[in-house]
Amino acid sequence: MQYTEIMVRYGELSTKGKNKKYFIKKLSTNIRQALKDFPEVQVVGNRDRLHIKLNGEDGEAIIERLRPMFGIQTFSPVVKVEKSLEAACEAAVELVKKQYKEGMSFKINTRRADHEFEFDTNEINQKMGSAVALAIPSIRIQMKQPDIVVRVEVRQRGIYLSTETIQGAGGLPVGTGGKGMLMLSGGIDSPVAGYLAQKRGLEIEAVHFHSPPYTSPQALQKAKDLAGKLAVYSGTIQFIEVPFTEIQEEIKKHVPQGYGMTINRRMMLRLTDEIRKQREGLAIVNGESIGQVASQTLESMAAINAVTNTPMIRPVVSMDKTEIIEIAEKIDTFELSVQPYEDCCTIFAPPKPKTRPQVSKAEQYEEHLDVEGLIQRALDGIKVTAIHAGETSESKEQELFASLL
Amino acid sequence: MIYFDNSATTKISPSALETYQKVSEQFFGNPSSLHQLGEHSSRLLHQSRLQIAQLLGVTDEEIYFTSGGTEGDNWAIKGTALEKKPYGNHIITSSVEHPAVRESMEQLEQFGWEVTYLPVNEKGEVSADDVKKAVRPETVLVSIMAVNNEVGSIQPIEEIGEVLREYPSVHFHVDAVQAVGKVPLKLGKDSRIDMAVFSGHKFHAPRGTGFMYIKRGRRLAPLITGGGQESSQRSGTENVPAIAAMAKSFRMTMEPIQTNANKMMEIRSYLMNSLKEKKKVTVFSPEKGAPHIVCFGIKDIRGEVVVHALEDKGIYVSTTSACSSRSQVEASSLIAMNVPKQVAQTAVRVSLSPDNTLEEAEEFMTVFNNVYEQFTYIN
Repeated sequence: MQYTEIMVRYGELSTKGKNKKYFIKKLSTNIRQALKDFPEVQVVGNRDRLHIKLNGEDGEAIIERLRPMFGIQTFSPVVKVEKSLEAACEAAVELVKKQYKEGMSFKINTRRADHEFEFDTNEINQKMGSAVALAIPSIRIQMKQPDIVVRVEVRQRGIYLSTETIQGAGGLPVGTGGKGMLMLSGGIDSPVAGYLAQKRGLEIEAVHFHSPPYTSPQALQKAKDLAGKLAVYSGTIQFIEVPFTEIQEEIKKHVPQGYGMTINRRMMLRLTDEIRKQREGLAIVNGESIGQVASQTLESMAAINAVTNTPMIRPVVSMDKTEIIEIAEKIDTFELSVQPYEDCCTIFAPPKPKTRPQVSKAEQYEEHLDVEGLIQRALDGIKVTAIHAGETSESKEQELFASLL
Repeated sequence: MIYFDNSATTKISPSALETYQKVSEQFFGNPSSLHQLGEHSSRLLHQSRLQIAQLLGVTDEEIYFTSGGTEGDNWAIKGTALEKKPYGNHIITSSVEHPAVRESMEQLEQFGWEVTYLPVNEKGEVSADDVKKAVRPETVLVSIMAVNNEVGSIQPIEEIGEVLREYPSVHFHVDAVQAVGKVPLKLGKDSRIDMAVFSGHKFHAPRGTGFMYIKRGRRLAPLITGGGQESSQRSGTENVPAIAAMAKSFRMTMEPIQTNANKMMEIRSYLMNSLKEKKKVTVFSPEKGAPHIVCFGIKDIRGEVVVHALEDKGIYVSTTSACSSRSQVEASSLIAMNVPKQVAQTAVRVSLSPDNTLEEAEEFMTVFNNVYEQFTYIN
């Protein structure tokens, strides 16, 4: 039996008043984007439900794509059969069998939109109920809070059945909250921060600093792979690669060791902010968490943050490492993040960075640097790539390997 | 041409050859190199190992790549001897093993090891009881092949495994070279087998490839030391293209194993029955043998003569093991099966692969009939 349609229920969207239309439109676009490789699929967004007509495409695969999409509260795969009671009974038996485990109960819940149909609601409930009970002798019929509800809708064009209600990811459709630049290092925290920002509807673009030859091509690839994991929630992600070697070398040469890290971060933030301006973003998202490392004491954060007024969003700021890891595991970024490639935060890392840097001192040391020139040259060298959902080097490689082996 | 000498070697499969070529071109980096070319090769190597392990139902850390069956057998036997020297000096094996095993044993005997060569019955089979009787406190290794390479006898590996459960410290080595894709062999946690040896070119992979299964927790001294490849157990730069090609042929061999075995069994039964009808033909292979080997002889005609007579008509077979046929050693498995030397000398081996067809077998019989008539005429 093939699903013919998937019905999507909005969550929080329904409370958003006048913006609702916009939210629904965005969600429809996101779903279309995520299902791009199923060309027959049609997406129709109504006021209270969104319908995905499958037209023969693979329902199970599409369900997997919908699970992580923000802005979906729940969804149900629907089977359409011809308008006959026999066909409906047969489909109901099969649907219940699929979900049934020893000791479960069920009921049939019919709505009859087509009043021409030969049986009325009660008759349909009874006849279909007994068909299921006959096919699965050990099942119980229960009207109040049954384990399985078979929803039946008799419409002009046929009978629609659904049993499962699958939990969606909740949140708001990605993109409804505007655009933010995610500072994506390759560690555990920044992908989680990106994910949480997406959950609240932000469209994110990933900014990654790399310093060849001090950082390896593998470290860059790892950041791209992480972006690929986040693209699952939005369809695609723009990955912005910023050359950072010259800046790091200059800092190493001209700045006292203790302030190297602080000024490093200030340069990164300046660059991210410039990129944000160019690309019309509204905020900067990062994976800082209070007190985790030297750059994340309040004093450090203040000294670094002093270079911009742009809103800084720090979704994991007050989370414990274990809480962050839990989410990283859930979104499948943890394994990637812990691969041991050096990123540009660890190279040249001074043995004793200042944990209480002062803004005035940082500014004073920056006078030894050609800040503007360095920023400009780095901006001139940025490279932007679109990374698609699930498109990791790993997945491409697996395909190649499968063809060889 | 009819190629009926698949136990000697097989023709490389077109898809394995394609993999070999592509990998040679695209993955030439040394898997140990730090750069991306190296890492790319290293990941392909890992994936190949994983695929082989999964097809066998074992873990990837239990698979070691080698150069083939001979190396595997040498490693299992001498590696055990080196590793277990402090615990004993006695080994049990059968009298119908491949020379890679037999010669290794003889070499160890020169160094003071004691080896028990178990007899076989008229079907060429070892008995598990004999294994039990032969075990001593100083026994450190039992080495028995899964399928005999000359006549195709299937050894009672599981029964021997059961016997050895009472002696958990004894290594149980199985030469599985002739079993691959023909006779199922249970490996992994629930099997008593500690080491199993495989050879690539017996299942349409390139020459010079092979792998060995070593059960997790079993220790074996390495024979080839050097750069620390294969978890320091078998050094030498990995032959990535050949290994990948082997992983591919192995998948193509293992996935349809039952259909393949049935197909070969059908051809084999046809050949066995047709040959048995000939008055002067003796069939040496047991009825319940491996599905791909038929060993037989024509009375008073040396095997070598039959091989050449058939070759003349474009049919390729062997006088038993190809490894010993050139050196004119009489079929040792047959001698061990108490076949008189005079008769053993007539032995000819037909060995099949899943590529062979029943039509080829029928054609073979037509040709064989002529050859047979000719020989009976002069006799």
